[in-house]
Amino acid sequence: MSNNQQIIISGLGGQGVLFITKLLAGAAMADNLPVLTSETHGMAQRGGNVISYLKIGDFSGPLIRPAKADALIALKAESFAHHSYFLKPGGLAVVNSPDPVEDDRYRVFYGDATALAEAAGNVRSENVAMLGFFLSAMKEDSHVFNPDSLARMIKETFQAKPAVATNVLSLLGSGMQLYKQR
Amino acid sequence: MNTKRLMLGNEALAYGLLKNGCQMAYAYPGTPSSEILSAVVALKKEMDLDIHAQWAVNEKVAFETAYAGAQAGLRTAVAMKQVGLNVAADPLMSSVYLGVKGGFVVISADDPGPHSSQTEQDSRLMAVMAKLPVLDPDSPRQAAELAGIAFELSEAFEIPVMLRPTTRVCHSRQSMDVEKIEMTQREAAFEKNPGRWAATPKFRLQLHKELEVKLAKIADYEPTRPRLVSGTAKGGGQAIVLSGVAAANARDIIKERNLDIPVYQVVQPFPLHKEFIKEMDTYDEILVLEETWGVIEMQLADKNRVKGKNTGFISPTGELLPENVEERICAFVGVDYQAPQITMLPGRRPTLCAGCSHRASFYAIKKAAPKGIFTSDIGCYTLGCNLGAVDTVTCMGAGISQAAGFTIAYAKNEKQPPVFSTIGDSTFFHSGIPGLIETVTKKIPYVLVILDNRTTAMTGHQPTPASGRDASGDACIAVNIPDIVKGCGVNFIKTADPYDLPAFINILKEAKAYCQENGPAVVIAEHPCLLDMDRAELKASFKKVIVNRDICDGCGYCVSQFECPALSMDNETEQVCIDPGLCTGCAVCSFVCPKGALVLENQE
Repeated sequence: MSNNQQIIISGLGGQGVLFITKLLAGAAMADNLPVLTSETHGMAQRGGNVISYLKIGDFSGPLIRPAKADALIALKAESFAHHSYFLKPGGLAVVNSPDPVEDDRYRVFYGDATALAEAAGNVRSENVAMLGFFLSAMKEDSHVFNPDSLARMIKETFQAKPAVATNVLSLLGSGMQLYKQR
Repeated sequence: MNTKRLMLGNEALAYGLLKNGCQMAYAYPGTPSSEILSAVVALKKEMDLDIHAQWAVNEKVAFETAYAGAQAGLRTAVAMKQVGLNVAADPLMSSVYLGVKGGFVVISADDPGPHSSQTEQDSRLMAVMAKLPVLDPDSPRQAAELAGIAFELSEAFEIPVMLRPTTRVCHSRQSMDVEKIEMTQREAAFEKNPGRWAATPKFRLQLHKELEVKLAKIADYEPTRPRLVSGTAKGGGQAIVLSGVAAANARDIIKERNLDIPVYQVVQPFPLHKEFIKEMDTYDEILVLEETWGVIEMQLADKNRVKGKNTGFISPTGELLPENVEERICAFVGVDYQAPQITMLPGRRPTLCAGCSHRASFYAIKKAAPKGIFTSDIGCYTLGCNLGAVDTVTCMGAGISQAAGFTIAYAKNEKQPPVFSTIGDSTFFHSGIPGLIETVTKKIPYVLVILDNRTTAMTGHQPTPASGRDASGDACIAVNIPDIVKGCGVNFIKTADPYDLPAFINILKEAKAYCQENGPAVVIAEHPCLLDMDRAELKASFKKVIVNRDICDGCGYCVSQFECPALSMDNETEQVCIDPGLCTGCAVCSFVCPKGALVLENQE
């Protein structure tokens, strides 16, 4: 099960948790890997804590057990506090936060994706900036996600709105830079 | 056209239905089932398929419409959530006796957990009660496969077949192969046979006898036989029996831990295959993992050898999470299990969106009737309970009948509290109208507030009969809510926008005074769901509210009583602050602050 990846994406309702899960899943599929995801709908989508599970590789069950996730993307600092228990010891966490987030059980990296998105004039794209941050952090771990496949996914998603696609791609790049400059 | 797609379980179900010749599909939205019909419509458009797919006013109507198509020989389907099946229980029970000509698939999506539901009921028990076969998929891929098997089974025995996915199947996404669908169209050919289709009670006994014969044969039906998914069938010792998403979770764990034990997956929990029951007799100890109740377990029936929900070995409540499955399998086979350390934090509770007009309506209701009893039901507006403006939530439409019930219950008390009932537009059509008629004829004094946001918001913005658009987004006849209310015999009917809070409160007070003498008063709170409005529209109506720092004394009234996500207390300044990322510029909060510290920017 060497190529298997289990990733938790956590945020608040309306933050675009499902959107970035879909992008990551699409990128993995472009590399011909089997993908399984699970998400919350309905009541939980109204401003509450939202979690999405992404499993790449040889799996049958859609959920991730506590202490089994390879990585966690936290779209808020509180999302890390809520869902870090899913990480395996030494697992990778990227956290959207202006202030340091520490936990010596895991490898935690933080960056202010909200400020990046605000500076770019669209605070609602903080999720994409965080995704870029995650991609850079992941690069040091493995090669599951191909940034080119992700870029293709974004272009396809916003086919009818090329200007939006350009903005999203640029924020993805800024997020990647944010990790590198940290 | 062969493509790999990441398909939501509900999309996979829709694909499975269409791939197997479904020509009519009806549904009423309800999480986790809502995307099934939307996906049918999307696939219809994408692949240019000649099929009829529509939302119905409620599950009973959806069921009866789709059922008639199957009586006429077409393959048809109806989709709903588990509590929706309660609404459709009447035609369900009867249709199993009468049977079908074309394949008829009844999808009832269960919600163990429960993530978005009032109950954790197991639809498979409804199948047992109604005596129809039920199939239990473990994944999106298997959901698509079982949709095809369900149609074949349905036609082979002329019986409706239930397909019962759960939340984790409906709302999982899986990469799967999608092929172009080639429809083979059948023509409707209803064979009149009143002895069967309109059978009187005398003949129903005969039909019931025939149904029992069918069921016995279905318990032998090859394509739905339990599958050995791991290990070798050997008898003696232990075996594990799985169904639904518990099967998917358990398979991963059995593989990971390299357990050498025969593992069976049951895809048809009822009727359980006779041969399988015999085979299970050869094992000394059997663990049954299924959600939500022990339907397979009770058919194996030997409490000394079978461990599961009914014996207390598996918790009767909540989801069978993979960590619970792992822990229970380890306990069953006798291997060590180290529980991971988990610190659960309370987390943010769901809340009405920033700028939601329901928040304004609820705040107004509290102002108009501070000592009122507030009955309500199912929809986004259930979240009015956070605001203290929803006291009861029972089921769709119940708020109206309960308004009558509370009024009657309090009749002998010295003081009668005012009763305000809230209901969404979609729910009003679904099951509110009969209750309204009932309360008019009995002259019950209460105020009904119909929260009309022109959509079924909670489940993903499906149209309502008032929308004037159908499942495909095409124009259709719109039904007017005030006309219906008038037709029900109500004489006090006022429509207003709750964003204009002071005026709205006055109308509610007027309605309260009116109802005391004259029976029900109806106020229609009209404002479109913000999630349906485009950005330009929102921008045009945006009113910027700012905090007057000289006045705000940090009392927190607005945060606790209005609970808008855009308002929070700033710990440093000890004053309220407005999150510009969340604020939609509705400006209702400017009416809420008792001190006048929340003011429109240009009026400071």
